Amino acid sequence: MTSCFVIHEAPVRRVAIFGGTHGNELSGVFLVKHWQENGAEIQRTGLEVRPFITNPRAVKKCTRYIDCDLNRVFDTANLGRQTTEDIPYEVRRAQEINHVFGPKDSDDAYDLIFDLHNTTSNMGGTLILENSRNNFTIQMFHYIKNALAPECCPVFLIEHPNLKYATTRSIAKHPVGVEVGPQPQGVVRADILDKMRKIIKHGLDFVHIFNEGKEFPPCTIEVYKIIEKVDYPRNKNGEITAVIHPCLQDQDWQPLNNGDPIFLTMDGETITYEGDSTVYPTFVNEAAYYEKKQAFVKTVKVKLTAKCIRSLLP
Amino acid sequence: AAGMAAPRRLKPLHHVAVSGGTHGNEMSGVYLVKHWLRDRSFAATPFLSNLRAVEKCVRYVGRDLNRTFTAEFLSSAETEDEPYEVGRAREINQTYGPKGSAQAFDFMFDLHNTTANMGTCLIMDSEESLLPMHMCHYIQTHYTQSSCPIYLYKLPGEESYSIDSVAKTGLALELGPQPQGVLKANLFAEMRALMACALDFIELFNTGTVFPAFKTEAYKITGRVDYPRYPDGEISAMVHPKLQDKDFFPLNPEDPIFQPFSGEEILYEGDSTIYPAFINEAAYYEKKVAFVKMEKRTFSIPGLHTLSLSPSP
Repeated sequence: MTSCFVIHEAPVRRVAIFGGTHGNELSGVFLVKHWQENGAEIQRTGLEVRPFITNPRAVKKCTRYIDCDLNRVFDTANLGRQTTEDIPYEVRRAQEINHVFGPKDSDDAYDLIFDLHNTTSNMGGTLILENSRNNFTIQMFHYIKNALAPECCPVFLIEHPNLKYATTRSIAKHPVGVEVGPQPQGVVRADILDKMRKIIKHGLDFVHIFNEGKEFPPCTIEVYKIIEKVDYPRNKNGEITAVIHPCLQDQDWQPLNNGDPIFLTMDGETITYEGDSTVYPTFVNEAAYYEKKQAFVKTVKVKLTAKCIRSLLP
Repeated sequence: AAGMAAPRRLKPLHHVAVSGGTHGNEMSGVYLVKHWLRDRSFAATPFLSNLRAVEKCVRYVGRDLNRTFTAEFLSSAETEDEPYEVGRAREINQTYGPKGSAQAFDFMFDLHNTTANMGTCLIMDSEESLLPMHMCHYIQTHYTQSSCPIYLYKLPGEESYSIDSVAKTGLALELGPQPQGVLKANLFAEMRALMACALDFIELFNTGTVFPAFKTEAYKITGRVDYPRYPDGEISAMVHPKLQDKDFFPLNPEDPIFQPFSGEEILYEGDSTIYPAFINEAAYYEKKVAFVKMEKRTFSIPGLHTLSLSPSP
């Protein structure tokens, strides 16, 4: 009865759920800690699911990081760095995490890692995709989007020649970022936590069904692909001179066209967007990105198609 | 007739300071004060109070500056290993105080943000502070864009500890919801407009306007409620979705207040209706405060008039 050319993929047996990669993004911190005490809801037959706090020192201090952003240091250079005394805490930690859940790009690496994040931006429950040709992940996102409908579940594709960054989850064969907002740093909101919890539930359900041998026909999803980062207007000293315009605040994933307001200066002047084509902003006014010189990210809508997949039965 | 006492007379306010960045990651005040420090037309004296915390965009470096203006800290001798904020509190006390002295500034504003849904809240120590009560009333009457609830924060017998207590009188503006480290255009504009309105009041007061007696509603603190916690001190439940964002709304016995990570909701067990505020404020997790309990009361405030320094006719 199979009507499509099937890609046979290895079953996904080893799964990790990371929380506290940024220590002040509390939904993931509290979910992971809860699951470490009582993991019944994340267990599935035939799966090993490991909840794990990735940056315990930052979690303890309720800060994003101690020395540097853990979610940017899983590149070959940092993972291979000599462990000297003055190595940043997060680089040392990245090497430990890579040792347990990787090594990155090896057969021994975990099959799937969910990395749980929060944002102060109004992004809803967003899934972050690293590779536009990963059939398994696209199929999973398709499944999660359908399970959550009519609630929106945008997919953010961070594949880009120079804007992609070396994430914690990137050591897995299938890396999945979960980004839920808006939530202030250092706050846990019940509604946001619930949204994240549902995404993980459906993600694990998908893995379970996949491992049991269900065939997933080809599917297409719409994703938002990163194209550019936009900084705040700044003065000579590097201080910001304008804030996100009220018309753009909380408008993540909404179309932004030439002439639309994007910033409001402290003197009350409006700065508008200049561009030939419609873009879709996201990470609008994220607290952690002031220091990264990023007021918002521009994305474009792209359609991705995954091939028909089925698990190679053991 | 009884109760129609003549307005009380107070001296005009000549020295008025505005503190931003008392908590370095509460951005509306940080950026307003930075703006006023460049734009010299501002009528009062703006200053950034916790400079190092502002630079690092954190609440504080060593300890909460806004809990450091007590006699114990202000009179302490300098030590090498003291928290940065203790030394800074002494400096601020030197410049704008000394607290409780005749040389102290007449008035200090302190600009804050909260992650709680408190709107534009006016905070002062107690209803007994006549001039700030009149200022709040003036703001409520003239700043009609939003309701501006008055929160009286001082528990009976508590020593004043906040930065504005260095001046003879003061008022804190608490605007939310805004995440720490985020600057939102709407709250920035609201805080600026509130300050303009408050300075109008001072101008009117200084130029001899008589402010008649009035009655007003205000929220007075009665206690604080912590999160449910595990024996190791970790919180075991979140603010319930039905309580989240409901600052200043009545909370009745048997209303849900917490949602554990697993299991059944936790209900409010008091005997009477209270009014919560600072619900799910980020900075209060470490202070063991999930929300503040308040009672809503009506206060009769006597009239106010400037005490003229020239002899009365």
